[in-house]
Amino acid sequence: MSDKRDITLTVNNRSYSIRVEPRRTLVDAIREDCGQTGTHIGCEHGVCGACTVLVDGAPVRACLMFAVQAANKEIRTVEGLGSVDNLNPLQRAFMEHHALQCGFCTPGFLMLVTGVLEREPDIGDDELIDVLASNLCRCTGYQNIIKAVRAVAHDMRQARSNASA
Amino acid sequence: MKPARFEYHAPTSVDEAVQLLGSLAAEDGRILAGGQSLVPTMAFRLAKPGHLIDINAIATLGQIGSKDGALEIGACVRHAAFHRPVVAGPLGQLMSTVVRHIAHYPIRQRGTFCGSLAHADPASEWCLVAVTLGAQMIALSTRGARTIAAEDYFTGIMTTALAEDELLSQVRIPLLAPDTRFGFREFSRRAGDYAIAMALVTFRLDGGTIVEPRVGIGGAEANPRRIPEAEAALVGKPAELTTFRAAAEIAAEVVEPMEDMQADAIYRRDLVRAMTRRALEQAAQ
Repeated sequence: MSDKRDITLTVNNRSYSIRVEPRRTLVDAIREDCGQTGTHIGCEHGVCGACTVLVDGAPVRACLMFAVQAANKEIRTVEGLGSVDNLNPLQRAFMEHHALQCGFCTPGFLMLVTGVLEREPDIGDDELIDVLASNLCRCTGYQNIIKAVRAVAHDMRQARSNASA
Repeated sequence: MKPARFEYHAPTSVDEAVQLLGSLAAEDGRILAGGQSLVPTMAFRLAKPGHLIDINAIATLGQIGSKDGALEIGACVRHAAFHRPVVAGPLGQLMSTVVRHIAHYPIRQRGTFCGSLAHADPASEWCLVAVTLGAQMIALSTRGARTIAAEDYFTGIMTTALAEDELLSQVRIPLLAPDTRFGFREFSRRAGDYAIAMALVTFRLDGGTIVEPRVGIGGAEANPRRIPEAEAALVGKPAELTTFRAAAEIAAEVVEPMEDMQADAIYRRDLVRAMTRRALEQAAQ
């Protein structure tokens, strides 16, 4: 029985024509069918947040969506943020504040924070802590992740107020 | 783990979805809305639906708005829609307060209000809201539409009055009078985790005395419900701590708490007492 479907996934502005079973989760399709392995798989039931990606701008668990549901939507993953030679400000802040150790959870945190700060640039410090509780990190104890994200949120607000001044 | 194989259907109209559900319900066809409870259950293979009917492409189900004195919430309205008040007045405020307790930010981007009601987890915040505020559920099937009152809707743990072939297409919640006060308190082990017990209360004040009190308890019993004995202890009484303590005591006495790994009955009863009193105090502030 071949019930595979031909779909097109758009990941970081690049189109991938792939053939998947309906039960293929989005994260498996991103990694296995599109070859973008920066997005990690942790728990596969929505608890850990390692697979967080942006779908039409919203940070979502890619293990709790089927790939067929993401056809023709705009998907963004960690590969779309910056490159090794040219980290984006959030990635740089994670490095400067030691917000990662083993790094397994980092792509999920980066996409979570990217999505939240784009959608809610005025988010308060307490609310940010609430957001960061969405994802699991077993190394850092979170304090340095909070520091990095607050620094970036602060810089973004500063840049906006300078631009409007 | 990976979900078991299923057939995928993506109807683009409510009629089409209802027809599909009507013909596939007997083959374990299920509605897929946000998927934030269903898909993990499938990953564990606790659920192996033969067919999934994905309703996300049906634009009309994403609608939310107030009409005829009620807030109408379509089947695909996400939790995140309630982050900011969806209507002016206390109902919008109440829902934007409660939504912060539902799972986590990314889950709230996908999970839906109606999906929570169809799933009917005992610890669901939206189920508590629905039963406390007297919501109406609109169920569609090939046999037509019917309206189910909240008090008739919840029938046990993850069990509702919905038939297998019925789509919960909309939930209507009566708007609250502008002077309605509310309080919500929930206890869980970790941020975003399931409630072990929670209380939602609303009342109005008339010259310092309590009018039209509603006391809802969730997470403690098989399904959320109002506690009429506690409400009776509030009617016409001054909004002060002794009143709240008495009502909370009654709520703790009359509930029949579930027992599980997280909490035994004695502990849950104690939490019901504390959550009820704190919610009442919050409403009085």
